[in-house]
Amino acid sequence: MTQAPEKFVGGGVPRKEDPALVTGRANWTDNIKLPGMLTAVFMRSPYAHAKITSVDVSAAKEQPGVVAVFTGEDLLDEYEKHPRENPAAVTGYDLSLHDRAQGHSVTGETDGEESQSSEETTRSFVAWIVHDELKIPHHDPVAHDEVNFAGEPVAVVLASDRYKAQDAIEFIEVDYEPMDVVTDLEEAMADGSPLSHEDFGTNEAYTWDLATGDIDDAFSKADVTVQGRYLQPRLIPNAIETRGVVADPDPVNGGFTLYTSTQVPHIAKAVLSSYCGIPEQRLRVVAPDVGGGFGSKLNVYSEEVIALVLARKLGVPIKWIEDRSENYLATIHGRGQVQNIEVAADSEGKILGMKVNLLADMGAYLHLNTAGIPLLGAFMYPGVYTFPAYSFECIGVYTNKTPTDAYRGAGRPEAAYAVERIMDALAAETGLDPAEVRRRNFYEPFDEPTDTPAGIQYDSGNYQLTLDRVLELADYEGLREEQRRRRESGDPVQLGIGFSTYTEICGLAPSQVLSALGAGGAGWEMAKVQMLASGNVEVITGTTPHGQGHVTSWSQIAADVLGVTPDDVEVLHGDTAIAPYGRDTYGSRSLPVGGVAVHMAAQKVVEKAKKIAAHMLEASEDDIEFEGGTFSVAGSPDQNVTMTDVAGAAYLANNLPEGMQPVLSEEYFFDPPNFTFPFGAHICVTEVDTETGFVKIRDYFGVDDCGPVINPTIVDGQLHGGIAQGVAQALYEEAVHDEEGNLTTGSMVDYLIPGAPELPNYTLERTVTPSTSNEMGVKGVGEAGTIGAPPAVINSVVDALSPYGITHVDMPASPWKVWQAIQNAQGQQAGTRDADLSGRPSQAPDSTDTEGGSVS
Amino acid sequence: MTVDGNAHVAEVEPRLLLLHHLRENLGIGGVHTGCNTTSCGACTVHIDGESVKSCTILAVQADGHEITTVRGITENGVWHPMQQAFHEAHGLQCGYCTPGMIMASISLLKENPDATEQEIRDGLEGNLCRCTGYENIVKAVQLVQQHTDELAQHAAS
Repeated sequence: MTQAPEKFVGGGVPRKEDPALVTGRANWTDNIKLPGMLTAVFMRSPYAHAKITSVDVSAAKEQPGVVAVFTGEDLLDEYEKHPRENPAAVTGYDLSLHDRAQGHSVTGETDGEESQSSEETTRSFVAWIVHDELKIPHHDPVAHDEVNFAGEPVAVVLASDRYKAQDAIEFIEVDYEPMDVVTDLEEAMADGSPLSHEDFGTNEAYTWDLATGDIDDAFSKADVTVQGRYLQPRLIPNAIETRGVVADPDPVNGGFTLYTSTQVPHIAKAVLSSYCGIPEQRLRVVAPDVGGGFGSKLNVYSEEVIALVLARKLGVPIKWIEDRSENYLATIHGRGQVQNIEVAADSEGKILGMKVNLLADMGAYLHLNTAGIPLLGAFMYPGVYTFPAYSFECIGVYTNKTPTDAYRGAGRPEAAYAVERIMDALAAETGLDPAEVRRRNFYEPFDEPTDTPAGIQYDSGNYQLTLDRVLELADYEGLREEQRRRRESGDPVQLGIGFSTYTEICGLAPSQVLSALGAGGAGWEMAKVQMLASGNVEVITGTTPHGQGHVTSWSQIAADVLGVTPDDVEVLHGDTAIAPYGRDTYGSRSLPVGGVAVHMAAQKVVEKAKKIAAHMLEASEDDIEFEGGTFSVAGSPDQNVTMTDVAGAAYLANNLPEGMQPVLSEEYFFDPPNFTFPFGAHICVTEVDTETGFVKIRDYFGVDDCGPVINPTIVDGQLHGGIAQGVAQALYEEAVHDEEGNLTTGSMVDYLIPGAPELPNYTLERTVTPSTSNEMGVKGVGEAGTIGAPPAVINSVVDALSPYGITHVDMPASPWKVWQAIQNAQGQQAGTRDADLSGRPSQAPDSTDTEGGSVS
Repeated sequence: MTVDGNAHVAEVEPRLLLLHHLRENLGIGGVHTGCNTTSCGACTVHIDGESVKSCTILAVQADGHEITTVRGITENGVWHPMQQAFHEAHGLQCGYCTPGMIMASISLLKENPDATEQEIRDGLEGNLCRCTGYENIVKAVQLVQQHTDELAQHAAS
């Protein structure tokens, strides 16, 4: 161990993760090969909605290398019939609730009577029961009577290698009876719509609302009102490593090790043990190196269940590696909302009230958090603005499409987009500068928890500071001057300047709040810090990094508290056998919950070590000082012992204070008292070619505040990647389905993931406003860029086009959409009406003028 | 074929992709599967010194050729300057695209040592990264341009 007088938190310590990654020595799930292992390949439905009338696998079974083929029906006995209620598995899981709400059964018949038969237990992956009346579709891993989205598994082949398994798929014969398909959210809610799940009699999964203040009064007193109808395209997360799983049975104790490319090994362990009927203590889940997640691996999937139950059935290891087209069809999608937002304000631009109505696309089934994602947004539509009245309503809608769930930001990018778009509309309506209208509605800087219009409390904030700084950084006056010049000269390439002053809800989560929202609880995180006899350190964390650099950052945190260097620290993660307790990585929670737990556990180690040092130095504990890895007696610095000495003494245990247990090993479970609320101000500068519709991001400025920073290099990297994904949403990416429910953007050729030429450089600065939600003051940064960027980009595009009378362009603002908007606007003599920017009549914006002046 | 300096002889099915031969038959887990359709670049290797997506060609087409993967560019434990630069510039997060990105970047600078930022961005167009937003990848390539010798010395020390 190295005595370390210096501090490492706040420094750009080089990543300890990198050596294995840059040399091609990382351990990905697909690199795992076990003796006797079979490969699984799934046959998937080409129909978005159909009855399965027959599945014939007899010919497939005869193909070379094929060991077994199973239909959905063959597997029904493999799942647990009566899942033992496990609060960690399905947080809020309540079988009686399921039986009441789900209204249909395995047999597909309407469940009008009590379901007593074991055949009729509802199975699903849902973990967030947002509402007592939530309708939960039965979700078998392999469909057997009906398919509800294109890509749903209908059979599985096990073979000696992937090529042979894939060949055998061609010999499976499935007869389908196609059913009517519903894909569009508004059509899904109209009378007479086809139904995704006919047994429910509706496509409505739930309605959830929230109201504070007197919203009618706010609108009746308003001098101006503005409204917007915004579309959140569905997005496909596209981690570059697809999902994959290896299930390894242990013939001795009847247990299993499941290697899976996941963000949530602990949650997966609980859900899978419940779903498959494997005692929790006999299931070990390991997340090896994981190649990106972005929310898509914050889930438990059918293929993990199948790998486990077939490993049990056949007694051999089973491997499944997702291919890219499966990743497009069978891994959750993100976003997918129709947002209606309305704001009432006085003539000075001060907001009096806000109304939000959402339709949120659930897709065909509920995954862990599908129903809850829009609720994370519900609390964030008021953003960085304070006002007296707020109302929110969200309707969850079933469609015959891939289920949605968390994609980086998860509900908050949607909220930030709508509020930041409507703030620009308010600026236009009141004639105020977009920066000024924001400033007038900001909270005063605050450093203690402060009530918001959505009924929660923000931890701390100083929104003026980030806005002031980003205006300077971007040379706002200079940009406006350049914009004036270009407008006056009729430059075909117009300059756009777009703002986003966002905040987000991170640090998931206080357990009691999760419980109140229907997500059960367990928002805590665990850390264990242990000094080995050598004085080196092991940190065991319940978080599960997949690119975020926890190994480096947690080492920095532990090193500073213990007075060692990050190299003295090893961080162990992603294995439920090493960290039995953990709540994993998502929702920008890892640092403000898990990192804080490391800090607190390390402090507990120091507290115990101090007692031992006092005993060794024959001094009073009150007189012991700890600095730079050395305990010394106050006033007598020569009387000292190092942390290494103490660790050795604690291990040998031959001279400890009476009654003290051996070794320095301390655990801390941190359940945060509140969420954290990072914030920032972004300016996106675009050049919009009015002749081609092409949008180029010339500059991107961001001033973000995520509290004190552990590793600035890593934080900048998180912001770069987050902004890149936000830009991707704003300009490039959209999952498109045709009327039959086929995903027409089902490959990397058809779905535009931006490459290096499409993305800008990022000019970033930070302010530091400590959170009041934890001792370190940290807030989290994983999703900030993805939340801040989309409105900054679209506001910029619309700003560039405002001389044409264009007030909105939906995402993604492709050259075609921008060009079409210009053509339509010119065709309408540059009127104030919106163009149909979607190209699809069902999504045309509502252009009915209201008394206050409809802006969008 | 020769892979990272080692000669390999194998009989394979004609349809087997080079990517799968490297991974499944030769056990080179540092060549990553991203899409199998030549879109993402995660599987990029060098064939006779030129960068090729190994899912684009069949193993039999590589017969008799010299293949270099990311594992083969480290010499006697000393990283290639591009590996060092990706580390120093924080040009990776999850690291899954990284071997392919490094191989493409080496090839890019071999063809155009003085590539401008735009030329670097255009040159890496076929390699997708979902984590970094690319700025630090571009910086890594520029770092190699600026400090090839210095980095090599640093890595050796």
